[in-house]
Amino acid sequence: MARARTDERSELDLVAILCLAPSLLYVICMFVYPFLYGVYASLQPVKGPAWSLKNYISFFTDAYQYKTIVTTFELALPNSIAVVLLGLFFAYNMRRGIWAERTITTILVLPISLGVVFLSEGILGFYGTNGWLNQMLLGAGLIHEPLELTHNFIGVILSLFMQNFPFCFLMLLGYISGIDPSLESSARMLGAGPWTIFRRVMLPLIAPGLVIAFALVFVMSFAVFPSAVMVGQPAGSTRSISIAAYQQAFEQYDMSYASAIAVIMGLCQLLALIVIVLVRKRMTIATTMGVGKR
Amino acid sequence: MADSINKLRVSITKRYGGKTVLDRFPLEIRGGEFVTFLGPSGCGKSTALGIIAGLVPPTEGEIWLDDQRIDDLPPEKRGFGMVFQNYALFPHLTVFDNVAFGLSLQHRPAEEIKERVTTMLGLVRLAGYEDRFPGQLSGGQQQRVAIARALVLHPRLMLFDEPLSNLDAKLRVEMRAEIKQLHSRLKLTSIYVTHDQAEALSLSDRIVVLREGVLMQVGTPQEIHDRPANVFVADFMGFRNFFDVKLGQANGGQIDVSAKSGTYRTRAAEGLTIGQDAVLAIRPDDVKIGGGDGSNKLRGKVELVEYLGREIEAAVMTEGQGRVWLRTPEKIALGDAIDLTLPADKLVLLRKE
Repeated sequence: MARARTDERSELDLVAILCLAPSLLYVICMFVYPFLYGVYASLQPVKGPAWSLKNYISFFTDAYQYKTIVTTFELALPNSIAVVLLGLFFAYNMRRGIWAERTITTILVLPISLGVVFLSEGILGFYGTNGWLNQMLLGAGLIHEPLELTHNFIGVILSLFMQNFPFCFLMLLGYISGIDPSLESSARMLGAGPWTIFRRVMLPLIAPGLVIAFALVFVMSFAVFPSAVMVGQPAGSTRSISIAAYQQAFEQYDMSYASAIAVIMGLCQLLALIVIVLVRKRMTIATTMGVGKR
Repeated sequence: MADSINKLRVSITKRYGGKTVLDRFPLEIRGGEFVTFLGPSGCGKSTALGIIAGLVPPTEGEIWLDDQRIDDLPPEKRGFGMVFQNYALFPHLTVFDNVAFGLSLQHRPAEEIKERVTTMLGLVRLAGYEDRFPGQLSGGQQQRVAIARALVLHPRLMLFDEPLSNLDAKLRVEMRAEIKQLHSRLKLTSIYVTHDQAEALSLSDRIVVLREGVLMQVGTPQEIHDRPANVFVADFMGFRNFFDVKLGQANGGQIDVSAKSGTYRTRAAEGLTIGQDAVLAIRPDDVKIGGGDGSNKLRGKVELVEYLGREIEAAVMTEGQGRVWLRTPEKIALGDAIDLTLPADKLVLLRKE
């Protein structure tokens, strides 16, 4: 009997492995191998001995390089916070459906279908020094000097926001409209007004989704590259870590150093994710216990 | 214990687009009463409850609580308690915090909250469950928490929206008794929505039967059960045998009616005159087996037998009157030829619609 059981078991395992194989192959080819190759390449500096930490040491001893980490955080963090808060605001107020919902959702989501480059061109055309916005404000006499909204920090934030907002909004809308509406009704019957319901009933239930949305937006905006170049100031205030890697790879032709920077970037993202997951764990022990069965 | 009310007066209409869900629904409830809205799904009973709660805005009409007009008050200002079909407990809060929710919104002192929550949990037999989360409780326990959460605020009016529909049959009967006990013990005024006639009969002081937004009958459980006002109410209250008849001569509280298979004698009904078409109805439980003294008799052959435990329900194909359902503890078998009697005092005469 026991024998038969193990046979059945191993047969099942075989089927499971075969079913997994295509996706496993994909992950190995497209992620594991390039990643390991990058780590390997980063440890083989162009000059000097094979197998050394020279690239990492030069990155962390050169202020021009290691400051890109700070710069990238300065872009990614405010952007993620703004995206999540505004996404929450819109999604929460649209949770029970509103007038012309489809049209409004389409407008909010449209930027997802545009490429980053196209979006950045649009930002230059609209927010640029000679763009429509400045022309209008100057023409109306509201300002006397054009506003500087592009080729700086603000430009990159605008671009990142437009890329990430639709994604975050859709995710939160799905999450929030999945919460049982009778919870709100029962809170009202117990004497809670709209703000109390948000703060004491809905927010604790939305929080796990909010944290996940924040994590994804943060990781996406941490990898900022095209918009940092096109609408930012790639030599100065928006020199993100991906620009540093790009310059090493395609301006200095030092693939090894570029790989090291890419690995550092990945580690920064990983670190941020770990912190976020830890926060989420603390926050939601109670929530998940309750949500399981209702 | 609860703040008492003297009278709730409702007269409301609700339309969704062109569809009228409630048509000038009138209702008066006295303090301390237990009133049930009974009807099939889609009859407007839950909408009516939602409007009284304030969760659904009425299209037209007024709601008066004693001398106060309340239809423009938001639900959180009405001071009513409500229990939902799916319990609607806050999953992120413990049992204690769920029950304490309303009290903490009123900024009551911590000792008072603790005392009232503990008392209330004892009352619904959930002492010791304070630190559990709703997800760790059974359906019946969750619904008791929901009831405690509403009652702890001493609501002026308790609203129950099909609170037992999600529970299994045995638990439903137990919880029914508990709700009835709480109602009389705490001197509550309650409105209860259900589609289950047994629940309505056992709980209510008065039953309001609804059909497609129109009030069909209001009365005590006995009135609704014994003297349904029309075919719809009769059908809903378990009458299963309906015969088309023509009214004949009335004499002394009794009336003769002619059906396809012959003449039957029954109690006279108001508002029906000689020669009119009507419907004669009787419950399966009231159909007797055997010939009796000879009147109101039918002959037939048993064509279906359902075993129900203490009794059986059988369908008899009668000569001239079609299928007649009966319930009996006697043993009868498929294919038996039997005599049936329809007792005159159990037959109900209804207006033909």
